[in-house]
Amino acid sequence: MTLSRRGFIKVGGAAMTLPLLGGTAFGQAEKLKIGFIYVGSINDNGYNYAHNQGRLYVEENLGDAVETMFVENVPEGPDCERVVRELAQQGCKLIFATSFGFGDSVIKVAPEFPDVAFEHATGYMKADNVGLYNARFYEGRAVCGVIAGHMSKTAKAGYIGSFPIPEVVMGINSFVLAARQVNPEFTITPVYISTWNDPAKEADAARAMIDQGIDIVAQHTDGPAALQVAAERGIVGGFGQGADMSAFAPETQLTAIIDHWGPHYLASAEAVLEGTWVPGDTWEGLKEDVVQIGPYNAKVPADVVTAAEAMRTGQIDGSVHIFTGPINDHTGTERVAAGVTMTDAELLSMDWYVEGVEQPA
Amino acid sequence: MDLTIAILVTVVGASTPILIAALGELVVERSGVLNLGVEGMMLLGAIAGFVVQFHTGNHFLALICGAAAGMAASLIFGFLTLSLSANQTATGLALTIFGTGFSALAGASYSARPVTLMSPIFPDLAAHPVLRVLFGYSFPAYFAIFMVFAIWFFLKKTRAGLILRAVGENDLSAHSIGYSVIKVRYLAVMFGGAMAGIAGACFPLTLTPQWAEGMTAGRGWIAVALVVFASWRPFRLLGGAYLFGLVMTMELYAKAGGGPLSAIPSELWAALPYIATIVVLVLISLRRDASTNAPACLGKPFMPSN
Repeated sequence: MTLSRRGFIKVGGAAMTLPLLGGTAFGQAEKLKIGFIYVGSINDNGYNYAHNQGRLYVEENLGDAVETMFVENVPEGPDCERVVRELAQQGCKLIFATSFGFGDSVIKVAPEFPDVAFEHATGYMKADNVGLYNARFYEGRAVCGVIAGHMSKTAKAGYIGSFPIPEVVMGINSFVLAARQVNPEFTITPVYISTWNDPAKEADAARAMIDQGIDIVAQHTDGPAALQVAAERGIVGGFGQGADMSAFAPETQLTAIIDHWGPHYLASAEAVLEGTWVPGDTWEGLKEDVVQIGPYNAKVPADVVTAAEAMRTGQIDGSVHIFTGPINDHTGTERVAAGVTMTDAELLSMDWYVEGVEQPA
Repeated sequence: MDLTIAILVTVVGASTPILIAALGELVVERSGVLNLGVEGMMLLGAIAGFVVQFHTGNHFLALICGAAAGMAASLIFGFLTLSLSANQTATGLALTIFGTGFSALAGASYSARPVTLMSPIFPDLAAHPVLRVLFGYSFPAYFAIFMVFAIWFFLKKTRAGLILRAVGENDLSAHSIGYSVIKVRYLAVMFGGAMAGIAGACFPLTLTPQWAEGMTAGRGWIAVALVVFASWRPFRLLGGAYLFGLVMTMELYAKAGGGPLSAIPSELWAALPYIATIVVLVLISLRRDASTNAPACLGKPFMPSN
């Protein structure tokens, strides 16, 4: 038997495509199939929910020209490789792998399907047909930081983090830098809980911080548990993360950072349809509408809204970059000189805390 | 002082579901059955409790339905392991996987819906700065303590408890003097399922008023480990559950508060309960009589014809 399994599939696949080719000869464009791979459930109200909203956005805008499919709860590891391959074999010509840990699988499978466009979120490994995309969530954190700086009475915020990775560290730093522009006494205490999804632990972490004097809570985990505790305890407020979480704490969510992947997904899909897709390396934010700020709560005073909007529009028109020096680290040593702005590469590998962060264990 | 009270209040909240689930598993194991499906039954109880609370607004009905969901799942386990003599370890693991998946399916359309927490039983005392440490909780916290006494009394002082222990220690002897081993074990497994269901329902009803997939986050496994930690004794289980809760909570307070305790790496905090379990197991094994108090028939299928 000399016919390899892969060769057999190719021959079989070609035979099956023949009738399809006959159909398209009459000028009906073939639908572009797009595959999405999610690390969690589309019902998590946060990160994966937001990616799925992006998928629906593409469907809304391109209608019959595209057909999308998704696989959720895909573990980061060998299973992902299988899922990537299956989507490609099912005819997807554009595949989005939406979690950092999918990178290895995408890089491994991509060479087998040179005519398929792959895009990997928050990753760092590019290839001939693998592009990268990410969002500047820290821009949203800066807007939240302005509000916190104005509204906190104790000048202390708590920040529930999952793991101390650059993405999370960057968000904490951005938040406190913005808050200290308003109130130089402002401090933030990060608590890492070593998980993305353990609502009871998130809630207890919020209780622990509130019992020790913080009156603003922010979080970089997937759910609204911390906001609910903030509402239960009646502190000044908190922020939605990933999506508008006001349904869970209508009085307490001051605003929300909303991940809005739709425009990016739409642009990529249109590029593939037009045959102009090239592997990109994008890091888009408020300006490109990939990061959005949710509605401001009625209890945020008008002057604070004005200040927050100034931070938002400043980042859109480029006049403000929150990581512009002088920036000291948490020990007081200057890390960024006055007038210097940190590069994207420096941000993406950020492993130190700015002044105002109470160093966590 | 205020902070100590606040920490203790959080500890009781975190410990209660673990204690309730572990009490159920303790009774199951004393009857000679090892049910590793606690985590799955908890999740089924959590989604059932959430859905009922969401639609009716009645917290007690939600707890009862949580118990019913856990019990229904335990009946599947009972049928497979007791009636069909399937392997208990494998069936229990399967039950956990089933419960995780089924609860996610059932809860898919409830993800953006908040509910309300159960109110404290004594609202006036719950507002008192000191007395709230004793009287500031909702029903499940007191239910858990009551069940510690009730299960101790049942196992030690009642005839039915003696029969249950006999079935767990020597099923063939119990069978030969006329007790229905399978019936006793079915009842124990159902009780364990109901307790796991209530424990799961505590998550949306007392800790964080929402539904999230996998929201028990491994506490069912801690409950199973606690039963061994407590060497199958209810009062040790009470101490063990609060100790686990204390360590889990102290980690968060230490990190949030700064001070000397926050210098301990979070990884070490996370490992502490398990280090404690290993130490206790070693201490138990070093005792002269070397008795771990484990039921002699634990995990063995009952097949009198063989």
